Amino acid sequence: MAVNYSAKEEADGHPSGGVGVPGGGAVGGGGGAGAVKTRKPDNTAFKQQRLPAWQPILTAGTVLPAFFIIGLIFIPIGIGIFVTSNNIREYEIDYTGTEPSSPCNKCLNVSWDSTPPCTCTINFTLEHSFESNVFMYYGLSNFYQNHRRYVKSRDDSQLNGDNSSLLNPSKECEPYRTNEDKPIAPCGAIANSMFNDTLELYRIDNDTRTPITLIKKGIAWWTDKNVKFRNPTGDGNNLTALFQGTTKPVNWPKPVYMLDSEPDNNGFINEDFIVWMRTAALPTFRKLYRLIERKNSFQPTLQAGKYSLDIAYNYPVHSFDGRKRMILSTISWMGGKNPFLGIAYITVGSICFFLGVVLLFIHHKYGNRNTSADIPN
Amino acid sequence: MADPIRWARYRWQRLIPTEGRECSSNNSSSKCYQLSKTTGKHRVVIPCLGHFKEEYEKLSKLYMNNKIRTTRYTLLTFLPRNLFEQFHRREKKYIDECWKNVNVGDFVRLSRNEIIPADMVLLYSSDPDGICYIETASLDGETNLKQRQVVRGYSEQVSEIDPEEFSSRIECESPNNDLSCFRGFVEHSNMDRVGLSKENLLLRGCTVRNTEAVVGIVVYAGHETKAMLNNSGPHYKRSKLERKVNTDILWCVLLLLLMCLTGAVGHGIWLSKYSEVPFFNIPGPDGKLSPPTLAGFYMFWTMIILLQVLIPVSLYVSIEIVKLGQIYLIQNDIDFYYEKTDSTIQCRALNIAEDLGQIQYIFSDKTGTLTENKMVFRRCTIAGQEYCHEENAKRLECYQEMDSKDEDSADCQCGSSAPTSKCQGNNWRAVCEPLNRKSMTQLSGRFSAFKRQEEAGDTSNSGHMAFSSPIETDVVPDTQLLEKFSQISFHSYQQSEKASSKSSLETMYIADFFLALAICNTVVVSGPSQTHQKVRLSSLSRMPIKSLEEIRQMFQRFSVWRLSSSPLPSVKESSSESPNSFVRKLSIFGMKLASPTLDGADERISEPHNTDSPENSQVPGEIHLVNVAAGGEPNHAVSSIELSPIPKLSYEAESPDEAALVHAARAYKCVLQSRTPDQVTVDFAGLGSLTFQLLHILPFDSLRKRMSVVVRHPVSNKVVVYTKGSDSVMMDLLRTASEVHTNNSEIEEKIKERTQHHLDDYARRGLRTLCIAKKVMSDAEYAEWLNHRFLAETSIDNREDLLLESAMRLETNLTLLGATGIEDHLQEGVPDTIQALRKAGIKIWMLTGDKRETAVNIAYACKLLEPKDKIFTLKSQSRDACALVMSKILEDIQDNTSVKKNRSEKLGNASASPSTQAQGFNSGLVIDGRTLEHVLHDSLQNIFLELTEKCRAVVCCQATPLQKSVLVKLVRSKLKAMTLAVGDGANDVSMIQVADTGVGISGQEGMQAVMASDFAISQFRHLRKLLLVHGHWCYTRLTNMVLYFFYKNVTYVNLLFWYQFFCGFSGTSMTDYWILILFNLLFTSVPPIIYGVLDKDVSAEILMELPQLYTMSQKSVAYLPSAFWITLLDAFYQSLVCFFVPYFTYCGSDIDIFSFGNPINTAALFIMLFHLLIECKSVTWIHTVVIVGSILFYFVFTLAIGATCKTHNPRSDFYWIMEKHMTDPVFYLVCLLTTCIALLPRYLIRVLQGTLFPSPVSRAKYLVRLSPEERRKEIKRWKDECNVNYRVKLQATSVPSS
Repeated sequence: MAVNYSAKEEADGHPSGGVGVPGGGAVGGGGGAGAVKTRKPDNTAFKQQRLPAWQPILTAGTVLPAFFIIGLIFIPIGIGIFVTSNNIREYEIDYTGTEPSSPCNKCLNVSWDSTPPCTCTINFTLEHSFESNVFMYYGLSNFYQNHRRYVKSRDDSQLNGDNSSLLNPSKECEPYRTNEDKPIAPCGAIANSMFNDTLELYRIDNDTRTPITLIKKGIAWWTDKNVKFRNPTGDGNNLTALFQGTTKPVNWPKPVYMLDSEPDNNGFINEDFIVWMRTAALPTFRKLYRLIERKNSFQPTLQAGKYSLDIAYNYPVHSFDGRKRMILSTISWMGGKNPFLGIAYITVGSICFFLGVVLLFIHHKYGNRNTSADIPN
Repeated sequence: MADPIRWARYRWQRLIPTEGRECSSNNSSSKCYQLSKTTGKHRVVIPCLGHFKEEYEKLSKLYMNNKIRTTRYTLLTFLPRNLFEQFHRREKKYIDECWKNVNVGDFVRLSRNEIIPADMVLLYSSDPDGICYIETASLDGETNLKQRQVVRGYSEQVSEIDPEEFSSRIECESPNNDLSCFRGFVEHSNMDRVGLSKENLLLRGCTVRNTEAVVGIVVYAGHETKAMLNNSGPHYKRSKLERKVNTDILWCVLLLLLMCLTGAVGHGIWLSKYSEVPFFNIPGPDGKLSPPTLAGFYMFWTMIILLQVLIPVSLYVSIEIVKLGQIYLIQNDIDFYYEKTDSTIQCRALNIAEDLGQIQYIFSDKTGTLTENKMVFRRCTIAGQEYCHEENAKRLECYQEMDSKDEDSADCQCGSSAPTSKCQGNNWRAVCEPLNRKSMTQLSGRFSAFKRQEEAGDTSNSGHMAFSSPIETDVVPDTQLLEKFSQISFHSYQQSEKASSKSSLETMYIADFFLALAICNTVVVSGPSQTHQKVRLSSLSRMPIKSLEEIRQMFQRFSVWRLSSSPLPSVKESSSESPNSFVRKLSIFGMKLASPTLDGADERISEPHNTDSPENSQVPGEIHLVNVAAGGEPNHAVSSIELSPIPKLSYEAESPDEAALVHAARAYKCVLQSRTPDQVTVDFAGLGSLTFQLLHILPFDSLRKRMSVVVRHPVSNKVVVYTKGSDSVMMDLLRTASEVHTNNSEIEEKIKERTQHHLDDYARRGLRTLCIAKKVMSDAEYAEWLNHRFLAETSIDNREDLLLESAMRLETNLTLLGATGIEDHLQEGVPDTIQALRKAGIKIWMLTGDKRETAVNIAYACKLLEPKDKIFTLKSQSRDACALVMSKILEDIQDNTSVKKNRSEKLGNASASPSTQAQGFNSGLVIDGRTLEHVLHDSLQNIFLELTEKCRAVVCCQATPLQKSVLVKLVRSKLKAMTLAVGDGANDVSMIQVADTGVGISGQEGMQAVMASDFAISQFRHLRKLLLVHGHWCYTRLTNMVLYFFYKNVTYVNLLFWYQFFCGFSGTSMTDYWILILFNLLFTSVPPIIYGVLDKDVSAEILMELPQLYTMSQKSVAYLPSAFWITLLDAFYQSLVCFFVPYFTYCGSDIDIFSFGNPINTAALFIMLFHLLIECKSVTWIHTVVIVGSILFYFVFTLAIGATCKTHNPRSDFYWIMEKHMTDPVFYLVCLLTTCIALLPRYLIRVLQGTLFPSPVSRAKYLVRLSPEERRKEIKRWKDECNVNYRVKLQATSVPSS
């Protein structure tokens, strides 16, 4: 209906009618047409959607270089990785003992805390010498350390040396939280199922067994050892006293403060323990056990030749069809031996290069399609 | 806001039948019992006063009170206030009350500019005519003032009503939400009844304006008020895209269930593999292990928790945010700004912006939508003689030129003022002619000074006000008619009534014709000095012919018929513009002169002061004049005659037609001077000032299509009915020769015939036609009719029917006076817009209430129909005939198309040029309202739709609002098409609400359409950019974002899923929970939103140039079902790559869980962000910032969490992982390789698509790079090509669709 007919008159300023007494109703309507305040939107690039933009048009012609560049970069990287990976020496022995012929077959059905431990010795021969530092791993297969409930079954506060958590571990540790009404010192299933085989390596040189020095420190992450895992604090450094009031995990033969003789590798900061507590991502995994350092630059760390592995076989894996391995490996800047990455890079690089050629062909033949109007749609 | 408990209780009470209770509350007299039978539907309101207290309490306790939670009434203010109120109560004064304390039955006194707190019946107004002006802007958005009238019988009370003496009962209908209807009656203590209508009701939420004080009694309060009952909340429209998204989300749910089921079964199988429990499968806290099947069942739920990210809850949030952003950008588009009204687009619905990109049907109103709704009086025919107003046509041409000049540059205002002044001058002469010569010369000096100012104001403000631009107000009279008109004198008029000679008869016709134009309307006259204050002109002093005594007698006679009219108020009203006030206005005007550049804001601020001062000071002047008039001092009266016509009268009309007609009448010196509820004063050139006693107004309604006024003619002293209406109904109501055998009947037949001829001619020219007729009644006839009318007015139940019936009784046996032709200008850019929209594959229907010829004409004018189109007209009386006609048309079309097709095939084989092929067959369909009724019947719907599908354009004329909405609904439901309805008036509201997208045009016909619409634009041509550009953008943006969201979620969830195969389906995640949660929430949420808001596949210019691109979004090319599955497939592939590349890299090594998850997660981030970059059509700095920001944020966050979280329970394995990886080259190598392999296929496919099968969009993108000339050439070539394709496709589809 009519919008303020007279409001206009007021603005018109008609003489005879008299002017300038705008009624109360004149608000709104056309009255808003002031010179200062208009509803005109700002003419900015953003509001008018005229921002300068890069408008990529994906056609064979424009992306050709990208494919060639990817190909040219990936193939050398791949070759580099592949060569590096191939230079890594790696030796692996399965000592589970499922085969009757295996020396460890007798220990197959061992339990957690059989005393004395079942021992077995496996002899092996290294074809090639290991030149640089050698990392000694133990490997487990078919062991689901990544099971959701298993992974959760630990108390990080306790491991970080929190005294209240020491005596009152987190509920997550159930059912390995308390034993006989005493809190378990590293509580939880992970700690409870800690790998407890002992591996010793001997070099057999003319029927003499010379033990090879296995360094047990430096196998855990520095941050784990120095920040994340802490022994409980209290007066004195006597771990036995500090762990007073706690009990050992059910499967362990001895409590946590007796894991090692050296005080800086004992208790929660025992490196074997720390390494075990870092749960593996996949059911087949290896964990660093010991380091073998190169003594001098003239001699390889491990010469080719005969070796024997003494195993104190404690860890029962037969029940879940698990396998146990000992792995000796050198490492490079990219970790252990793994040909996959190198091959993948070479393959992808080659594919890209090939696609580049195909696109070049396409571009040559159909490249001007966009512009030509005579395409039969 | 509302008190919820009360509200609930109220609802409960309404459910319980209240009949019995209310019965007991009435007196037990038999009459009352009868009444109370219907009280379930009615309500009785009794004033809340001492002697009615008991009855009041019984009755009113059931009514809702006005309680709304407010904070005004605090504990602190309670006590003093209460004491104050007690004091006042004893004094019997009105007390200030909070809104919440207002109850039904209370008397409320309101002052100016106060908001009405509850629905109340108006009992007193300080206005002498018993009128109260209210502003209803808060209810319907209309900013003009509405008149409300005091209940009859109370209006003559001079003093303010005394509530203590009010002893009547009010009975009215139960609360309902109909704003435009109120029925009830007041029953006085002596059982007299007075009907109540919406004219007596003040609605809650409105504001009292220009009325000093009003008193009313509350009938509805609180939630029962009409305003509250109308508040049904916003209607929620869900877009087509959103519906589709919902189904796809259901697919996602299904996928989730499938994955969880896999997990559950897998876990069960994994567990049952072990003969004895492995020690990594630890028992629950209770030490027991569940059997594999139960564990599998539990695992199902664990999986659901783990993988629930697949259900993209965040998608909904993101969609909303994106839509907000899109709406923001639409609202800020400068192209939608219309300077003349300083308005831009209003997006009232926030959630259907993307529907704009999918419109297939547009239903458009004609008047005000396609046309400007600026009504210009063009032609008229009186007594069979046509007056074509050539001078007026010339004037219009000059305005049109001026208009176009205005648009070219704002600077040429000086030049354009010349024609204005000429026209103004013309107009002025017309107005001033009746003036006393002497006073004319006296005033002329002042005139010239003022005129200049007026011109300046006129040109700068033209177009801002409704129905008031000079193009509408100024009419140059036809010389021939003017000559005849000037012959009219009082004497000749009187004679012509008796004599029947042809010339005098014509004179009488002409006089009556213009009187009808001036009277038969609801135009409110107001002077510019007091806005919305009607001009009070002395009816006494301006009727020099009749003596005061005569008039008094006349009024007394009338009062026999009119219950409430008494001579007193009209005498009292005799005050006029006193010289005093005129001088004051001059001084204010001078102030305006001094500061001519007052802007709107300043004016508004100064308004309250201005309104207050003159009105207050006017009171003494008024009293003085009353005394003068009573004393009969002629000199003074003369001076008021001199001055009274000077104010430029402004007319406030409900529809532009009315205003145009009144202005036309004014041009012929038949000036509508004032209008009060009781009388109309017309300044008639030859007859002097005539005051008509207004007996009745039968307002216009769409059913009757006419309006009538019943007046007592001051000259002949007879009751005369003037009727104005559409010719289709009026012609049937005319007096036919067979009925009345007067000597005039032959002439009348002839006139009718010739007028019909002229009407047809007008319609062909696209003019709106109205017929004017009159009828003279004898007093006895009138008395009889009035009786019926009175009965109808006081009835409550079927009042509408009765009123209609009484109107029908009155409007018969009319004598045709003539007809008018009013032109409605086409809006700017309408034909271009329609053509562009049609090229975009949108079908446009025009639904109008106008008659067929007018509608078809406008359709041609706006290129909806083209001259070479074949037009089929559907006009039949019965349904069967209609079916027959339709099937015949269908056959016809089919024959035509097959012929064309054959020919075009032949041509196609001969590889004909596109231009010859473009000569396709087009047809348009025109349907009139009566046929529409048949067509909309169930049995004919299908054939009708089939028919319309083959027509290029459909024009429905004489359609009622309901039919419009039914049509839209039909197309929407049967054809499953996306519909858009565009309209500007109240009659389009239902159509706008029914359509998928409703667009309102904020034009001249108020705000109802805008209020109901989803988008409100100011010009029809804005629709083009709204649909073609913003619709396309919004749609493609949102679809791409939605698809991307699905992709993102599925990819990420699948990473977790693949890991389940390596952790015994135990539900482990290889990522820290925090990162898992925040990955979707923070790291990858902003880029898609930016993408959804800002992505621009084709520039706006190209989209406007090539409407064909619209079909891409219209057919949902971007979001076909296949697109969803392809996206999902790609997501699966990418997640496989993203998981297994790291897997093979790290398998067998001493990697721990989170060290394994970290490269996967990081690679996933890169993949997702780069995927977005591939899909992005345009990358601005915002995109870059957001993507780089997301990556940086991710790294900062993971580094921070890696550095700090050493003991956070349950697991802290994420400690130092990111830090360690950052120094590890393998990490980077893995991420790089994974990203490349994952994105390679999509990238390749996009490249091949862009090269080998370029979509129109990508081709359009390419156009941007060309130079302007090349681009123009290219676009032209493309357009030709598209024409061919379109036609071929059309022909191909039209045959099998039958």
